[in-house]
Amino acid sequence: MKISPSKIISLLFFIFSGFYLYTAHQIQVFTFDENAAFNAKTFPIYLGYAGLMFSALYIILPETKPSNVDLSILDYKKTIMLVVLMVLYGITILRVGYFLSTSIFLVLSYIVLGERKWLWIFLLSFPFVAIFMYLLHGLLNIYLRDPFLQYIGVMG
Amino acid sequence: MIEGILIGLETAFSIKNLMMVMIGCFAGTIIGMLPGLGPMTAIALMIPITYGFEPSTGLILMAGVYYGAVFGGSTSSILINAPGIPGTVATSFDGYPMAQQGKAGKALAIAAYSSFAGGTIAAVFLLIAAPSLSKVSLAFRSPDYFGLMILGLTAVSAFSAKGHFLKAMMMVVLGLMLASVGQDTLSDIPRFTFQNMNLSDGISFVLVVMATFAMSEALTIIFKANDPTRVAKQISLSQLGSIKLDKDETKKMVKTIPRSSVLGFIIGVLPGAGSTIASFLAYGMERNFVNDEEKQKFGKGSVNGLAAPETANNAACSGSFVPLLTLGIPGSGTTAVMLGALLGFGIQPGPRLYQTNPEIFWSVIMSMYIGMVILLILNLPLIPYIARVLATPRTFLIPLILFFSVTGIYLMSFNNFDIFLMIGIAVVATILRLYDFPMPPLILAFVLGGLMEENLRRSLLISDGSWSFLWDRPLTLVIMVVIIVIVGWQIYRGILIKK
Repeated sequence: MKISPSKIISLLFFIFSGFYLYTAHQIQVFTFDENAAFNAKTFPIYLGYAGLMFSALYIILPETKPSNVDLSILDYKKTIMLVVLMVLYGITILRVGYFLSTSIFLVLSYIVLGERKWLWIFLLSFPFVAIFMYLLHGLLNIYLRDPFLQYIGVMG
Repeated sequence: MIEGILIGLETAFSIKNLMMVMIGCFAGTIIGMLPGLGPMTAIALMIPITYGFEPSTGLILMAGVYYGAVFGGSTSSILINAPGIPGTVATSFDGYPMAQQGKAGKALAIAAYSSFAGGTIAAVFLLIAAPSLSKVSLAFRSPDYFGLMILGLTAVSAFSAKGHFLKAMMMVVLGLMLASVGQDTLSDIPRFTFQNMNLSDGISFVLVVMATFAMSEALTIIFKANDPTRVAKQISLSQLGSIKLDKDETKKMVKTIPRSSVLGFIIGVLPGAGSTIASFLAYGMERNFVNDEEKQKFGKGSVNGLAAPETANNAACSGSFVPLLTLGIPGSGTTAVMLGALLGFGIQPGPRLYQTNPEIFWSVIMSMYIGMVILLILNLPLIPYIARVLATPRTFLIPLILFFSVTGIYLMSFNNFDIFLMIGIAVVATILRLYDFPMPPLILAFVLGGLMEENLRRSLLISDGSWSFLWDRPLTLVIMVVIIVIVGWQIYRGILIKK
């Protein structure tokens, strides 16, 4: 028997709603609020039940319009590599600084997606980020933390 | 009203705000033109920038982006048969055949004039309807608001996700669940924070919008190995033909525009319906109005067939501002994003906005007129050049979208946690999108979550914990009946399709 991916997602949502409902019941409310008509956990409890109900309905009822996705044409490699690059970007942005981490992220992303026009890769990374930073930091006075530029004395 | 219009004109005509409308229209056109990226993404990308502005300026910029994106969507529909947004699908029915006949310039001009006329006529309706409805909506109480919010969520789920009602309702619940993270507004009790300090203020609205739209749309394009710019590279964008319309074409448009504007505006006001339904209905209605000879041309490059959906989708955009400005309840995903941005400015839209912040209320309405004029003056002659954006390689486009998304959230929080959370939500949203779980209901629910809980709290406390507040007031009862009809119809239709 083949189970449709949408039903599997609904099953996961059913489990998630169950966990949400359990956590909602664990919310500590003030003693005087315990028996009130409405307290901090009332709405989440209703939401938990609503999540269980809708996901259960989807699992039980026949699918009226199944979503057909050809898994063989999906580009897993590039997508995963981009996600990994974003995570690395997130890790380095505070430690290394905005300029270097953003520029390197852009260069690597262009390459991962198959771009090989090196002049454009360069122009749309380091100079582009420098201009963007100048607009934000220099003109709009939006603070951008950058230990690297501070270390080399470019940024105050 | 005259005083309000003058306040609006004064605010909208300041040099700064005029600049913002121009930038908004231009940026919106470019982003909206890119297939897969619609007004919601365009507005989402603007939100971090607008937080440095005054609320009226920020909202004017976003309104400009909204109109620009809708216009941009039409351009890609006509030139490469790849609608940027669902609202411009009907535009491609006759716009693309016209472009294939070597009349792309003419098709774009018809789209531009129709959009201008539809948007302008609807803005007049908005000018009249909004203040009157504001006064009426002062009579609304918490149970009515609670009912209206459920109605909005149900309607968006029913209309925005054809045949996927239950999936949309799951997304609604997920959006409300995400909105419940953080301290309870009244008691300050932490909920679903798992002792993580980063979650105590809740999940940022910008984070959720960026993750579910900008970032996940970019990831979806890569995941599906879909290059939306491929077709554009194959056609010569420099040979668009003349943009001048002859007498007969103008005559046809003059008849089509008024009726499509009225229809578009009415549909736009209804929660959940929006520009997609408006454009399809206008197309269908126009087909019934024209003579048999013209009817034969539909789908093969009819002027009426192009003007009708273009007029209606712009009129619907103006119409969708009515529930947002008067009730504080957005009727569509795009206006939900705008509501989130307004709340970020510390402004609560609703019936009192008209009295407490008249400059915002009126300047948004006035900026719509200005935006329409700018779209016409700026975009029409520049179309051959702007259209080149369609050929931007995705190898550059996608990393830049991801960069703007990460930068947007980084500028707001300056911590890694929000970036990782955004990536996580974007990955989940990409998988959900793949299997037709719609995102607009999630955003609408996320924005309305706090307001909905607040109104439910008041209603339950007033009725001493009884749910009778749902049928005690006639207005609430009517709203609940409409909700039941929508849900019942969706279930019935589902069973009918299966049979």
